[in-house]
Amino acid sequence: MTSYFLQRLIQSIAVLLAVSVVVFFAVYGIGDPIELLVPPQASAAERLALIKRLGLDQPVWSQYFTFLGNALSGNLGTSFVHGVPVVSLILGRLPATLELVLLSMITATVVSVPLGLYAGLNPDSRPSRIIMAGTVIGFSLPSFWKGMMLVLLFSVWLGWLPTAGRGETVTALGMQTSLFTLDGLKHLILPTLNLAIPNTVLMVRLIAAGAAEATTQDYVKFARAKGISRRRIVRRHILRTILIPVVTVVGIEFGSLVAFSTITETVFSWPGMGKLLIDSIYQLDRPVVVAYVMLTTLLFVGVNLLVDVLYAALDPRVKLSGGMT
Amino acid sequence: MTGLLDIRGLRTVFHTPEGAWAAVDGVDLTIRRGEVLCLVGESGSGKSVTGFSTVRLIDPPGEIVEGEILFDGKDLRQASDEELRALRGNRIAMVFQDPLSTLNPVLTIGEQMAEAITAHRRCTKAQITEESVRALARVGIPSPEVRLRQYPHEFSGGMRQRVAIAIALLNSPDLIIADEPTTALDVTIQSQILYEVQTLARETGTAILWITHDLAIVAELADRVAVMYAGQIVESGAVDDVLDRPCHPYTLGLLKSSTGTVRPGERLHQIDGNAPRIDARPSGCPFRTRCDRVVPLCSETYPLRQENGDRAFRCHNPVPAAPATSGEVLP
Repeated sequence: MTSYFLQRLIQSIAVLLAVSVVVFFAVYGIGDPIELLVPPQASAAERLALIKRLGLDQPVWSQYFTFLGNALSGNLGTSFVHGVPVVSLILGRLPATLELVLLSMITATVVSVPLGLYAGLNPDSRPSRIIMAGTVIGFSLPSFWKGMMLVLLFSVWLGWLPTAGRGETVTALGMQTSLFTLDGLKHLILPTLNLAIPNTVLMVRLIAAGAAEATTQDYVKFARAKGISRRRIVRRHILRTILIPVVTVVGIEFGSLVAFSTITETVFSWPGMGKLLIDSIYQLDRPVVVAYVMLTTLLFVGVNLLVDVLYAALDPRVKLSGGMT
Repeated sequence: MTGLLDIRGLRTVFHTPEGAWAAVDGVDLTIRRGEVLCLVGESGSGKSVTGFSTVRLIDPPGEIVEGEILFDGKDLRQASDEELRALRGNRIAMVFQDPLSTLNPVLTIGEQMAEAITAHRRCTKAQITEESVRALARVGIPSPEVRLRQYPHEFSGGMRQRVAIAIALLNSPDLIIADEPTTALDVTIQSQILYEVQTLARETGTAILWITHDLAIVAELADRVAVMYAGQIVESGAVDDVLDRPCHPYTLGLLKSSTGTVRPGERLHQIDGNAPRIDARPSGCPFRTRCDRVVPLCSETYPLRQENGDRAFRCHNPVPAAPATSGEVLP
């Protein structure tokens, strides 16, 4: 177990290093931020001073090693645009994204498990066919269009829900959150829904396929031959086995939602990390983009490790041990 | 003649787009309390479907369309789902063919045993553990207390089949239906399990319907035997009687094909041709295309059951009672 974690740790560091190289040089190649940062009326001397202060006069490899050295001591740089350390800038936006993502993952799980089980266990019934057809639609519609349609329907036509922003927030556990005010919750509904739909339909399909396959297994027939009630067979024998692929998807999707809820945050002007990333790319705010990708990588590495640990908890045949995989 | 289980005219079909094909086509079968009945036949003869039909574990597209399944005087075809559930695993237990797939890989042995008990009666945790330990010990599993906390993948194939048999024994059933339970195991394990099952059946008075294609097992285990061909029982009776003096040419063919009858290096005997496909069974007697005793009547009508006490067969031109094969057929 210990050697397993040690090995994973070394792998993680290698991944982070590789990503840092790719991102740093890619962002360098996008364009020169100085044109956007310097006001048009600034003098040549002011311009040169700014270039020097931001370290943009150094060759690119020297800039990279300066970044790497700083990163090792926990400093991922300072935003060109905002003038504050990027880590605190990004982490400051994290709660808004996190509450959105958590809420949508919970919604997706709560909705998809019963729907998927029903569709998988009664594959020929009419409701199942409707559910499965619905998943295709849910999966095919692009996120930005869905978001705008939700706004159109619930905000513009029906006037039930607000179109954008976080609404009224309160401070809980040292973070701003919309979860505890009515206004905040109203603002959360549409973006949550928009984020939850693709994952819900993905999980419905996964669970339905898993349940349909599990019912044909010998151990399910054997359980029936033992006189086990249908309810218990579904809960203990079928659900338990199909949780494994579901955990994988929840893990991967959780990571990608935190990192790339960009579209939904943009459509709903949700002040989270995704919106920060888009704004920073437009403004060529290099340190923010690089740090964002690095933190995202760290998040994925962490979530993957967590998923592996959960596997071992769910499936007794999985043992976490060292050795190359 | 009534027994613990009386199957009368059982017909189980499988629905396909081309029509309904009968995997079991008018089977009559009786099992008395405490006896071991071996149901023997080739692959696809309908043995397993007969076994599963008995407890109505037939899933669509399969369907039981005719017949009576009288268990202890009650027709299981009329039983409700809840009555069936209460019966399964309690009074009629099953053991399946492949021990590697019958146990749920993600639940401990202990949990899979406990649920088999609590599905049928209320029990304290201590009682459940005690009974499970006793059942595991009875089928010869060492250190059962430790084994209860383990998962199926920590057991070998033979051990898993013992666990399945232990589960079947938990509620002291009147009948165990065993669907080729030793086919997937190697020969030494097979004979150990056969010996144990025989002993258990004697000790507990449990009747056993043992489905197999192996005549050596039949000779070793059975009190009575029923030979199945193309969805029908072609011959049945006491095991010595049938094996020593087969009446049906198919039974005779099976006996001749068993390896015990030939000397090393000699060619093995085989029955000509293949068993007919379920959707292409010949008219009249389904065995007539492979039979060397065929008479014109065979293609016209399917022979009726001829009964003589416990002995029954269905053939227009039965093998004459000659001592040609007696004694030397099986060790």
